[in-house]
Formats: sequence, C-alpha cells, structure tokens
Amino acid sequence: MTERILTYAEAIREAIGQAMETDENVFMLGEDIGIYGGAFGVSGDLYQRFGKDRILDTPISELGIVGAAVGAALVGMKPIVEIQFSDFTAQAMDQIVNQAAKIHFMLGGELSVPLVLRAPSGSGTGAAAQHSQSLEAWFAHVPGLKVVMPSSPYEAKGLLLAALDDPNPVIFLEHKLLYKTSGHVPEEQYRIPLGTSNLVRAGKDLTVVASGVMVSRSLEAADSLKDSGVEIEVIDIRSLSPFDMGPINESILKTGKVMLVQEAPKHGGFMAEVAAQISEGPALFSLTEPIRRLCGMDVPIPYAPQLEKSVVPQLGDIIANALEVHRGS
Amino acid sequence: MTSINPLLAPDTGSISQHEPSASAALESLLSIRYFEEAVDGLFARGLMHGTMHLSIGQEAVATGVCAALLKTDFITSTHRGHGHCIAKGADLTRMMAELLAKQTGYCRGRGGSMHIADVETGNLGANGIVAGGIPIAAGAALAQKMKGKDNVVVSFFGDGATNEGAFHEAMNLAAIWDLPVIFVCENNKYGMSGSTEFSMKIDQISERAGSYGFPGVTVDGNDVDAVFEATKTAVERAREGKGPTLIECMTYRHKGHSKSDKNLYRTKEEIEGWKAQDPIGRFEQKILEQGTLIQEQIDAIAEKARDSVRSAITEASEAPDSDPAELLSSVYREAK
Ligand SMILES: Cc1ncc(C[n+]2csc(CCOP(=O)(O)OP(=O)(O)O)c2C)c(N)n1
Ligand SMILES: [Mg+2]
Repeated sequence: MTERILTYAEAIREAIGQAMETDENVFMLGEDIGIYGGAFGVSGDLYQRFGKDRILDTPISELGIVGAAVGAALVGMKPIVEIQFSDFTAQAMDQIVNQAAKIHFMLGGELSVPLVLRAPSGSGTGAAAQHSQSLEAWFAHVPGLKVVMPSSPYEAKGLLLAALDDPNPVIFLEHKLLYKTSGHVPEEQYRIPLGTSNLVRAGKDLTVVASGVMVSRSLEAADSLKDSGVEIEVIDIRSLSPFDMGPINESILKTGKVMLVQEAPKHGGFMAEVAAQISEGPALFSLTEPIRRLCGMDVPIPYAPQLEKSVVPQLGDIIANALEVHRGS
Repeated sequence: MTSINPLLAPDTGSISQHEPSASAALESLLSIRYFEEAVDGLFARGLMHGTMHLSIGQEAVATGVCAALLKTDFITSTHRGHGHCIAKGADLTRMMAELLAKQTGYCRGRGGSMHIADVETGNLGANGIVAGGIPIAAGAALAQKMKGKDNVVVSFFGDGATNEGAFHEAMNLAAIWDLPVIFVCENNKYGMSGSTEFSMKIDQISERAGSYGFPGVTVDGNDVDAVFEATKTAVERAREGKGPTLIECMTYRHKGHSKSDKNLYRTKEEIEGWKAQDPIGRFEQKILEQGTLIQEQIDAIAEKARDSVRSAITEASEAPDSDPAELLSSVYREAK
C-alpha cells in the first residue's frame, strides 16, 4: 500500500475541512484566510469550498477576532481562530487569558469556551523579533488553556481533530518551518488524544525531549549519532497542557540521561517545567548525569541569517550536546 | 553618507516659510523608488533574505510629509517604512547594510527591513506590529509637551491599522491631551488582501478623527504638494498646542503586500489604473509643465539618485557581516 503524503499545511487544512463537513457549528475566522488563502497558505481553498460565511475573513483586529470567537463559543459555535503569527496573540491576550481561560471555572462551570486558536510559531524565516517568537510557555502557565504543538503532518491532523472535540480553549501552535514538510496522513478522521507525550524513536543511551520543529531536528541528530554508536530515544511533548510525564520518566529509567531541547529562550521556558517534574518524579535517582537543557538564547530573534541561527539550537548543537551528555563530559 | 532630508526640509527654524524645492522633492521620490527597486532585485537574486514590504507607488506620502518636518521632529514608521526612513533623512548605505544583514546596518543586522530606526533623524523605528507605532507616537508627543518642547511627532500607518484597538486608544489620548502628533494614514486601499470596502463601513478613514474630536482630512496621496500642504497645516496646529490631526493620504502599492503575495484580491486593471497615477510621473509632468525644472535637470536628479543607491549597495556589500558574538550582551542597556 502506498502512503498518502500530505504537507503539514495540507494536513491542517484537511482536518479543518473534515470538521466543517461533520459539524455545522465549526467555522473559521482570521486575517487573510479567504481569497488570499492564509498568510502561510493553510486555509487554501477552504474559502472556495465553504464560502465566506464559514471562512470569515476579518479586518486586522486580533483582540476583536478572539473575543468574537469566545462569544460565539459560549453560545454553541466551534470557532477556529487563525492568528497570522503567534506573536500577535499579544494583541488578543485579554480575551485569551482573562476571558477564554477563566470563564468555565470562574462562572461556576455552566459555561465553557470550546475554541481552537491556531497560530504559526517559531523562527527560521528571517522575519526578526516580532514575527519569530516561541511563546508556548506563556499559555502553558495559564490554567484553563490547553496547549498543543504538532511536530509533523500526521500529528497536526490528529491533534487538531482532537482539539476540536475538546470543550475547552486550545492554543494550537504550528511551526512555520514545518508547513511545507510532508509525511504520511490517513484520509479518514483520526484523533490523537490531548495530554499525551509521544515516543517517536526508541534508543537506549540518551533520552531527548523536544517539541515542534525540535522534534524533527532531534530525529535527524539521532540518525547521525547512530553512526557513532549512540542510540537516542526521542520523545515529542506534543501537548504541554495537559502534560504527560509518563513516557519521559519511563525513558529516563532506562537511559539514565536526559536532554531537553527547546527553541524558546531558556529562562522560564517550558523545559524548565519538564526538568522540575523529572526532579520530582521516579526517574530522578536513575539519572547518572545532570539534566541538560539545550534552549534558545535569552535574546529576541534577530534578522540576519547567521544571527538567527546562532540563537536557536541547530542540528550541530543537538549532536554536540547529546554527545557531551552521553559521554558525561 | 547619502541622505536626502537636509535638502527637503531645514534642520531647524521655522517650517512655515519653507517651501521644499522641486528638485529636493524629486530626489526624495526617486531615491525611495530606486532604493526599493534595488532591494526587490537583490531579493529576486537571492541576495537578500527574510521578507520585504515595498512602498513603490506611495513615495509621495513619505516625501510630502517629511518635507514639512524639521530634523528635530520625530516619526514612527511601519513594516512598509523604507520611504519614511529615506525621506526623514536616513543614510542609504546604512539602510542597505541593514537589509544585507551587515554589522554596519542601522540595527547591526538585528532588525532588517521591518525595524529600521535612525535616532539621528528622529525616526523612532519601523514596526512589525500593525498599529504598534501609533500609541508610541502619542507618547513621544506627550513627552514633547511635558518638556515644553515644540517638536511634533508624525505617526505613519496603513488603512488596515485603523481597525486595531491601538489606533483608537492612541487617537483618544492624543485628543484629550491635545498632543502635538500628526496621524498620517497611508490608505493604499488594502491591508494585505482586505480592501477598505471590506474592512470598514465608512467612506473615508479621515472620518474617524471626528469621533475623537479633532480634524481629519483626506488628500490625494499621490500628489506631493497636496500631502505637503496638509502636513504643514497639521504641524502648525500641533506646534501651537492645538492638538492632533489625522491626514488620510489616498495612494496605492504597485507591488504585492510582501514577498508571498499572489495578488488574487485585486485586478490587473486596477493596478494598471493606479500605475497611470504614479506619483513620480505626475510630479515630473507637473514641474515640467510649470517650467520649474527642464528635462535635463530631471535626468540629472535621476542619475544622482541612481548613483547614491548604487554606491549604497557597493559600500554596504563590502561591510562585515553582523556579529553573533555580541548578541547576549545586547538585550539590555547597561546601567550607568
Ligand atoms: C498586529 C498585527 N496583525 C497582523 C499583522 C500582519 N500584517 C502585516 S502588514 C499587514 C497589513 C497592514 O495593512 P495596512 O495597515 O493597510 O498597511 P499596508 O501593508 O497596506 O502598508 C498585516 C495584516 C501584523 N504584522 N501585526
Ligand atoms: Mg494598506
């Protein structure tokens, strides 16, 4: 049987299309998602297929867009918001943090806000400091939000369909560098449960924990390290909230060594949470080396290509750090 | 050092007597045009990276506005900011160096096209966030007022930006505090793919000033003189402490929104129609008809502008690449 290959962008579009076919309450709103097809081409032909009343092109008004989605969700709709770059969630932060995240709890549990907010995250495109951030830790710090970071086309479709089933606000952070990457994606609807970490590659020597584009980069590192006889186990933490430590603890119990790879700046990043949970859990005393965090530098993302590369972990950095941890140096 | 503004507007003194010379205005228009055509070319040849928002077709706004400002006045700019930067007097070589990711660039290669600032000429920075600069302009104007200075601040932004909350909050603050700020909306009919007919229910963006209690005017943004006159009036009002003005300049971008635009949301006919209203062609025709300059003089100015863009590319290309080693120490300014 030949594999069905889609790009990450196509997989997301397919999930949205299928959800819209299945549930008339699902609709999408955002800037330039209509005839333009979305800043990163994700909405594509959805506008032609579903029309302007369900693929709602909006003015440049992020706070208004997210607020409108919250309101619609409260009374029975299932909005999918596209924010053009995850950096612009900053404009909408009141509606995300003070409204969407709180309403179910704060108002006593009768109401809920089933919406999915999709946004492209991360660096690597030369778009500089205001268009390249990795802000997942902001959202993961807010009880009431769920936070998902798909690392491949397959993951993107399954996680998005699961996010759409969820009765809570889900922040769905896509990585810009992944949109054009491709992989196997089944045509039928399938769901990847939120709140699960995923063992993507087995290995006995070192546990590597990553998310987003760092997953594929870590897998590349694993391939090249295999030739040097080092076997890396790679775990994709695709759901930051809720978060699943299970596979991480299990893996460390086996390997005794762990490296946490994150694109976002180190200080206060999500991997600090992972490190803390490792140290609170059953695997702490099986560690034979200190936990290694390989993260973005604590600087805004610069424009120049050589600068941009230097502030975010690259393949070479992952390999070098993995070898260091493995050798115990 | 190639910069246009000293020719366009005086460094100090009063602007009210000042009439920018036609040759200075033309040189500004052409420098912006050639600079952007050059970066478009460099991008196409893979010599420039990132993305790029070109203001080709909109040069009369930057030129007309900055001709009515003193060097000590401030501007805040946008993602489509090369023109503002050049008209306010920035050095083309340092701009080009920034776009080419060089250490000698205005932002040492950290900012790129979307983030050029030039303290020397009062450019407080281009901005990658739509409407991000508008409240900042109000704040800079507030500081002028608090310090008893008579500098004014111009905030450039697009039609699309006026649908952001930041625009409305800044307008209201400027109004209640009578701030010396001039809001210059470059209405090029589109915010990315969204036309103004789609994104708002009013006919003219200048109407929005009325609801905050200060004047709003709409001018032909492809007519340098019209833009200059409207700005001059607004600047005088601001310097007299009478508060802000919103100037809506009707114009058009010839190129796509950015490098990834397939132009699906507008017709070829519309683009061609606006190209026939090109601000530079119109200005040249006008000064020829009025006898202000003769064709040979225009050609000479064009050659000069071409030369300065060429030498900017040459000089910038020879500069060292930006330096990763200094990044970590650059996030915070050191306390004195
Ligand atoms: C807060 C925010 N939202 C969205 C964007 C993406 N974006 C960049 S420019 C642009 C269009 C801006 O339109 P307008 O204000 O009319 O300026 P123009 O591009 O026409 O010069 C959009 C949507 C952004 N940079 N910042
Ligand atoms: Mg516009």
